[in-house]
Amino acid sequence: MNDMQFLTWVRGAGLDIAVSIFLLGVLWRLIEIYSLGRKKDLAAPRQVSGASGWHTIFRRSVPPEGMMKKSPVSYIGGYTFHIGLAIVVFLFAPHILLIKNLTGLSWPGLPSQFIDLAAVVTMAAMVIVLADRINKPVKRYLSTFGDWFTWTLTFLPVLTGWMAVQHLLLPYTTMLALHILSVELLLVFLPFTKLFHAFTVFGSRWYNGTVNGHKGVAV
Amino acid sequence: MSASLEKGVRVLKEVIDAPIASYFNSCVHCGLCAEACLFYTETGDPKYTPIHKLEPLRRLYEQEYTLVGRLAKLVGLSKPVTDDELEEWKELVYNSCTLCGRCSVVCPVGNDIVYMVRKFREGMSASGHAPEGIIGAVNRTVTIGSPMGVKLPAVKAQMKHVEEDYGLPIPLDAEGAEYMVMLSSMEIINFPEYLAAIAKIMHQAGKTWTLCSTAFEATNAGMQIGNSDLARVLVTRIVDGAEKLKVKTVISPECGHAYTALRWEGANLIGRPFTFKVQHIIEVLGEFQEQGLLKTEGFETDRLTFHDPCQLARRGGVIKQQRNLMNMVAKNFVEMPDAGFMNWCCGGGGGASAIEEGEELRLEAFKKKKSQLDTVKPDRLVTACANCRIVLEEGLEHYQMDIPVVGLTEMIAEHIPDQTTEKGA
Repeated sequence: MNDMQFLTWVRGAGLDIAVSIFLLGVLWRLIEIYSLGRKKDLAAPRQVSGASGWHTIFRRSVPPEGMMKKSPVSYIGGYTFHIGLAIVVFLFAPHILLIKNLTGLSWPGLPSQFIDLAAVVTMAAMVIVLADRINKPVKRYLSTFGDWFTWTLTFLPVLTGWMAVQHLLLPYTTMLALHILSVELLLVFLPFTKLFHAFTVFGSRWYNGTVNGHKGVAV
Repeated sequence: MSASLEKGVRVLKEVIDAPIASYFNSCVHCGLCAEACLFYTETGDPKYTPIHKLEPLRRLYEQEYTLVGRLAKLVGLSKPVTDDELEEWKELVYNSCTLCGRCSVVCPVGNDIVYMVRKFREGMSASGHAPEGIIGAVNRTVTIGSPMGVKLPAVKAQMKHVEEDYGLPIPLDAEGAEYMVMLSSMEIINFPEYLAAIAKIMHQAGKTWTLCSTAFEATNAGMQIGNSDLARVLVTRIVDGAEKLKVKTVISPECGHAYTALRWEGANLIGRPFTFKVQHIIEVLGEFQEQGLLKTEGFETDRLTFHDPCQLARRGGVIKQQRNLMNMVAKNFVEMPDAGFMNWCCGGGGGASAIEEGEELRLEAFKKKKSQLDTVKPDRLVTACANCRIVLEEGLEHYQMDIPVVGLTEMIAEHIPDQTTEKGA
């Protein structure tokens, strides 16, 4: 298989397989999790404004008082790479074009210099949170193979995409093919690793907000 | 109760629900929950990270309720939960967790960790891995009627004392009273002032109230140990008593877990909504204050601060009332750092104070309260939970801090003008 054939495969069959596993996987996991249901709360509720599942979905994006100071790397690093990823994934013109071809949906992108910067900042933030995971006793203690694996899965698409655009190390075609392949690996594993928090985070915040909101506690 | 691993696993499988599944799938191992837990902050030991306390439950969830986990189990790639492991986890699930719920309010992905610990305890208890101290308290509550072994004659003796000392009647089994007042053993044995305070407050407010001879003990060790069957038995006693006496409201005493057990878990334990209201005494006092039924005179002039019981404030939503009440009778009321919603636990809630072998760790964790107190340097510490009060007193004594601890209800009652000249309705 030469570079061109490799690129053709990842753009064709490879992409189809990855997207299918991703979509079916997400659907399966959501059903697997949320069909477990929960019992109705029979205690008399106490109504307090601001105490609900929906409030918590939004409120929990902001660090609770005093927490930023306790772990600035988690918060600043976390915000930076999440926002950076969103910018790079959804506002890079070629990505928008791909989404347009797949779904018909389209929106304006950002200048490529800006995307370059965002990619570098994202990678830097990811390296810092990785160093923090190795350094901080609690994070190191909690870490399993899954944590290192998913970090790599998330980092590779950014790195290969940036290198492809910068024409670094390998010919553009090869790097682009590797970039698409790394994204496909990410899609395939996302539903079955901790990366699935991208979906469950909303449900978790909602449950927490609802269960405590029933007691009139805005969490 | 015959406990076994098999039974424990069965119970755990039953308690796993969609919220728990969602929480385990959302955890990104960021470790921020550790920063919210006083057992971690005061020891620096990562094993006290709240989410780690649930590791056996997480594995069981994966093995039983996820496709990948079931496959892994099938080919022998996942480690089964064992008795040895659960025994090791006992310290993490009981001694080093007071169900204070701070972790649940800081988790960035929104995991309600304390919700899971509470459920995990069901399996721990069913598999025979609950601490002796709480088992003892549960057995005494079931057989004698209270965790500290207090029987009705002891309550009657207290009633008689209060009636003689204050000249106020203490009604027992008065049908149709508006309020049924519950007590905690701690109050009957260690803080009799509470009953006197209630008598004065109710008399001034002109409200009818009663104690119940078949349900005077409000604490619920069944909930603390994590045995819903026992917790149900204890709650049912109160429900039967309240319905027999046809009261409108049952008042939970100054005891955090009694309040959670009755107010939030009670109806779910018996499987139907209550026919009466449940209020913490501080909520009742807050209402009386708002309605002008609570009239006090004079002020405390020394420097006072207030320790929020976790189950009342963060877990129960009662935060403003105690502050309004403090300001009603105190000229020099100062707040500790993190007071109110984010207050730090005394270190002995959730049954932890009943665990003898957990004392050393509890005193270590108390350093958090000590540092809060060192910041404001109060002359006295006020709280609204008899268990907090005992744990605080122990901690203060250990660190040789001369700060008396008082209950808010009794402090309020001390400022109620002499009853002989007042006429209640």
